[in-house]
Amino acid sequence: MSQASSSLSMPSGILRHAVLLLTGAVILLPFVWMISLSIKPPGEIFRASFSFWPTHFYGIENYGKALTEAPLPRYMGNGLLVCALILILQVLVCAPCAYALAKLRFAGRDLLFGMVLIGLLLPHQVLSLPLFILGYQLGILNTYAALIFPYVVSPFGIFLFRQFFKTIPDDVVHAARLDGLSELSIVWKIMVPMAAPALAAFSIFSVVGHWNDLFWPLIAVRDESLMPPPLGIMAFKSEEAGNDYGPLMAASTLVVLPLVIAFLAAQKWFVEGITGGAVK
Amino acid sequence: MSRPAATMESAGTMAQAGDRGASQLLSASPAKRRAFAEGATAWMLAGLAVFLLLALFFVPVLGVVLIALTDWQFGSASFSFVGLANFREVFTDQGFRASLLNTILYVLIVVPGTVVSGLAIALLIESGRSCRAFYRAIHFLPFMATLTAMAIAWEALLHPTIGLINQTLAAMGLPTANWLRDENTALPVLAVIGIWQNLGYAMVLFLAGLKSIPQDLYDAANVDGADMWLDRLRTVTLPMLGPVTMFVVIVVALRAFEAFDTVKVLTQGGPGHASELLLYTLYRESFEYLRTGYGAAVAVVFLLIVVTLTLVQTRIVDKKVHYQ
Repeated sequence: MSQASSSLSMPSGILRHAVLLLTGAVILLPFVWMISLSIKPPGEIFRASFSFWPTHFYGIENYGKALTEAPLPRYMGNGLLVCALILILQVLVCAPCAYALAKLRFAGRDLLFGMVLIGLLLPHQVLSLPLFILGYQLGILNTYAALIFPYVVSPFGIFLFRQFFKTIPDDVVHAARLDGLSELSIVWKIMVPMAAPALAAFSIFSVVGHWNDLFWPLIAVRDESLMPPPLGIMAFKSEEAGNDYGPLMAASTLVVLPLVIAFLAAQKWFVEGITGGAVK
Repeated sequence: MSRPAATMESAGTMAQAGDRGASQLLSASPAKRRAFAEGATAWMLAGLAVFLLLALFFVPVLGVVLIALTDWQFGSASFSFVGLANFREVFTDQGFRASLLNTILYVLIVVPGTVVSGLAIALLIESGRSCRAFYRAIHFLPFMATLTAMAIAWEALLHPTIGLINQTLAAMGLPTANWLRDENTALPVLAVIGIWQNLGYAMVLFLAGLKSIPQDLYDAANVDGADMWLDRLRTVTLPMLGPVTMFVVIVVALRAFEAFDTVKVLTQGGPGHASELLLYTLYRESFEYLRTGYGAAVAVVFLLIVVTLTLVQTRIVDKKVHYQ
């Protein structure tokens, strides 16, 4: 491609930038408008001007309101807690299973791998009704456990770790066994550290997915004190009845911000992780 | 009388066989014993994952099919099988038919819109060398931003009186609309947001596809006199992107079928049923109206669509591997 691209002439090079800046501006418009409204006073929002920057800066008031009137810090804390626990449990459950699938010979291995592939194929929303009933039977609906339990095993996690573990030479495993390491310590002390890229990709995939998820939290919890950010911001919106745009936009900005910053800091990892390793 | 006896007998034989197995194992070669130990270790390592896969994926998926075939209601103690009655009810219901048609229409707008814009932007980014990472980041941003929050931002843009879109249209002397409350515009607007969210995803998949096209092909095309960018695009790039394009089409279609957040936040399926999509119907019937059997039948229909698409995708990926 390099040769093909270097032969682009000057005018078409400028055209490329012009078009991409234009599409980029359209893509960024909702973000820019959100930030703009989040620093405007109600008067200016309803006077409806085209300017990005307010004549009277109202950011302190709006963000202050978002952080105090809506329990936004609580929502973000919930999101962080739930995402962290899901990720930790997923790795604890998936890595040993992936090691068995990648490095051990045993009866039923193909069957187990088949189960993982079928699990990959099932859309999670289809399982929501039986999972809701299960949560009800266990008496854990409307708790943190309800937000976490459907995701403690991830077929994608098992699959990804298995694929990566398979690329690690068998000799590494044999050498570790000769050193007297148990199979479980081979998983945690040798395989998982060597699979750091897969772990990073999976962590991003998992955290982004669960931080952004609205569907399951909507079903699993009712108490505002348990809501993760998307559900919380929806509750905030219906409380305000959509009239107090400034604080609502401030709250939206704060919910989107952590992932956007993380994304800009580690772009390559994010692209690989979120697209599920489809892009290398 | 004979059956319990037979069972006893077979249990006895099985116990004997078990004894034999154990004694065989003790006297077996070290290799066999190691294989047995390896199998036991493997199942111990995988055991928790197996149990959870069964409890959280396989039992629920069977459960949802079973619920769809019964008249069971959430909270009731008894149920009876009603065959396909729930599915008959679903498919004769105007609301569900509207939802299914809306979903198909939504997918038919989002997939071409996303694939074409994603491909165009990927080609533009690859056609020069400067600012590649910058453009890629901007266009990918909506894909990982929290959609619930971004939907609220879109609502502000689309606001009938103070929204930027209507202001701009009014300033240019064009007709404005109440985008989310008009039955003619609600679904297309949701589809535009769907394209906005997913085109960055299509773009990165196409960028990866473009990188995998061998340089030799461009050299050969140059020798053959294809020295214009457009010639190379037509003779090399687009044909070589065929398999990737099929893959992107399916992946984007899967994501479009799973659209939910924007419906929930922006329209609640309205006005009327104008912007109701399958997953929203599934959610509302199952968890707001508590029509368990109906909701389960919708879930099964949704499952069949998604599984079919995924199997088609797997076939395409297999083919692609085969070609290489």
